[in-house]
Amino acid sequence: MADAGSLINWSLLALEPPGWGGVLLAGLWQSVQIAVGGYALGLLLGTGGAMGKLYGGPVTKDLLEVYTTVVRAVPELVLILILYYAGTDVLNKMSAALGFGSVDISGLAAGIFVIGVVQGAYSTEVLRGAIKAVPAGQMEAARAYGMSPLQVMRRITLPAMLPHAIPGLSNLWLIATKDTALLAVVGFSELTLVTRQAAGSTKAYLLFFCAAGMLYLLLTLLSNVLIGIIERHYRRGLTRHA
Amino acid sequence: MKNAVKTIALAAAIGLAALSGAAAQQVRVGFAAEPYPPFTSPDASGNWEGWEVDFMKAICAEAKLDCVITPVAWDGIIPALTSNKIDMIIGSMSITAERLQTIDFSDKYYNTPTAVIGPKGQDFEPTPEGLSGKTIGVQVATIHQVYANKYFGENGATVKEYQTQDEANNDLAAGRIDAVQADSIALSDFLKTEQGAACCDLKGNVKDDPEILGAGVGVGLRKGETELKEKINAAIKAIRENGTYDEFSKKYFDFDVYGG
Amino acid sequence: MSEETVSALALTELPSKRALLKPHRIVLMAIAAVLVFCIVWFMRWDWVPKYSGRLVYGVGVTLLILFTTSILGFLLAVPIGLVQVTGPWPLKLLARGFCTIIRGTPLLLQLWLLYYGLGSLFPQFPEIRNSFLWPYLREAWPYGVAALTISFAAYEGEVMRGAFAGVPAGELEAARAYGMSRFTMFRRIWLPRAVHRALPTLNGETVLQLKATPLVATITVIDVYAVISKVRQETYITYEPLLLLALIYLCLTAILVVAFRYFERRIPTRGA
Repeated sequence: MADAGSLINWSLLALEPPGWGGVLLAGLWQSVQIAVGGYALGLLLGTGGAMGKLYGGPVTKDLLEVYTTVVRAVPELVLILILYYAGTDVLNKMSAALGFGSVDISGLAAGIFVIGVVQGAYSTEVLRGAIKAVPAGQMEAARAYGMSPLQVMRRITLPAMLPHAIPGLSNLWLIATKDTALLAVVGFSELTLVTRQAAGSTKAYLLFFCAAGMLYLLLTLLSNVLIGIIERHYRRGLTRHA
Repeated sequence: MKNAVKTIALAAAIGLAALSGAAAQQVRVGFAAEPYPPFTSPDASGNWEGWEVDFMKAICAEAKLDCVITPVAWDGIIPALTSNKIDMIIGSMSITAERLQTIDFSDKYYNTPTAVIGPKGQDFEPTPEGLSGKTIGVQVATIHQVYANKYFGENGATVKEYQTQDEANNDLAAGRIDAVQADSIALSDFLKTEQGAACCDLKGNVKDDPEILGAGVGVGLRKGETELKEKINAAIKAIRENGTYDEFSKKYFDFDVYGG
Repeated sequence: MSEETVSALALTELPSKRALLKPHRIVLMAIAAVLVFCIVWFMRWDWVPKYSGRLVYGVGVTLLILFTTSILGFLLAVPIGLVQVTGPWPLKLLARGFCTIIRGTPLLLQLWLLYYGLGSLFPQFPEIRNSFLWPYLREAWPYGVAALTISFAAYEGEVMRGAFAGVPAGELEAARAYGMSRFTMFRRIWLPRAVHRALPTLNGETVLQLKATPLVATITVIDVYAVISKVRQETYITYEPLLLLALIYLCLTAILVVAFRYFERRIPTRGA
């Protein structure tokens, strides 16, 4: 019964049909797009969130606290389900109320939105920690020079906090790439779901799951190399600490 | 600073709206993002193929609709319809009284009996007595789940629920469950595969219960969209009459899938 | 992953209760109360009593999986961390490779690889099928427990590596000067000190693990997430069950955080 041939039937991974390699790569491309989009949206939300949490009014602070608390306490899978169904529904109604008319949210945009909102809470916390690590005296000095808040941000806070933020932010990037797999549960054709479809259609489960694992691993390792380069660049002149 | 936060939020919202493109006129046809041969299954070039895909193309051509295939997770397919992610369901969904409370259906476009398969060499009837003490696999949110829970689950069988039909079949082949209940065509297609032929055979059709098993498979639609519903009903009738339906059905079946 | 990152991902401290009575908070709480009232009043909750028994059972399964996999994962993490610091190079390489692979791929994929990939391979061997293990291998939960344990071990293994490496050399030298054998030194000094250093990370890692448990529902294990999915399918209600589910996880996380806070106070770990 043990059919060793079907386990290592490499032709199933060929890029051209009847091989499924092309489908897997297309799925990987989808995953990368969502990860990049979601990460960028998350950074945007996170920057706003961190600013709001540190310098915002009391109401802003409390609302942001609720946002980050809920996202950090509820499983991503549950958040993704809620955001995927309710979030886009609400967005639709909001845009209709604002007079944009009902928008037709594509699967990709919904995926980016979902991952972005989750990542936003994480980046809020990472960036907040990094900004807090910048000595207050430096910012006070900048303000004493008469710099506007935006100038302080651009000239002092941002460059000074980046070395503190990069390790956390790079971890968030790796998490974003892996969280895209959860979209398989809502039927989004990213790498994990197309892998399962390919595996189900060919019954070569081990082969396809291992192949997809390799793709994710390559993505992670490649990211690690890039992160290393970025980290070295921004940590110039800083002492290494464990 | 608060304004900055608002601006960023607004920019994000507009950015998302822009990303979503202007595909408003298309009809998004949802079906389960899983291999469900011979009705819908993905092929190695990333396209979907099968009887139901041909059916969809035929009625969309007939009703002059610009249809796009939008795969959705089966267990969330009704919420996807009601929350406007898709505009209709062509996913072997049976017309039942329970579903009619939430969504609307077109006329039926096929109807087949429900069957039970099991491992070779084990003889049992697809009856509550025959399945007592066994574990039976069904797909979630299907008529089979409801039926199996009512007739088998309450008579000593364990009902195990799977996200996709493919997983239930696979677990039967792997010996993790003792039987699978599903649509007879989907099951006979599985029994024709190498894996299915090696492990399992048909145990028979279950006793009909129209209240649960419904009156055939229809196109799922949002409530109140009468215009679309009429268009689709007219298209189903037209392809039945002009022979298109029989033509593409012949590629898959040697019997009349439309049923009585 | 550094401790700061973990706490950015998982709630490790409850928001402070100080100044709950500031004027703007009272207004916010009033708005929240109205919101909750609207949710309770206008949304459909009539299904809750019917499913309450199953929900409690589901929470039990979730907690059971959480604790077994965290404990097993931690026990596995100790040797993984240790060999990375002091082991012979083949073991070192193996442990590093293990951590890299597990941390570099999505847990969902690992879970499906184990359940659908490996699980469909087993029955092809009659020896396995006829062994006493088969009744367990037939079930879904061993695969879920295995995948979650492995994942916890890989993440916590990295922490343990840092913890073992971070035990001050002077303490180990002192132990050697007392004439302790390598094993005695390990048992009396190195291990307890490393575990002690790793304890603060457990809070965050356990909350992260709780957030990973619903994935087992995708391989037919009936945890609280699966119960809610069933509610959604049977009642065709979408949002209410998901809101309740989010609330349940919020409460579970809060309980975990409070429990860890209690234990942390009893074991002084910071600055150790």
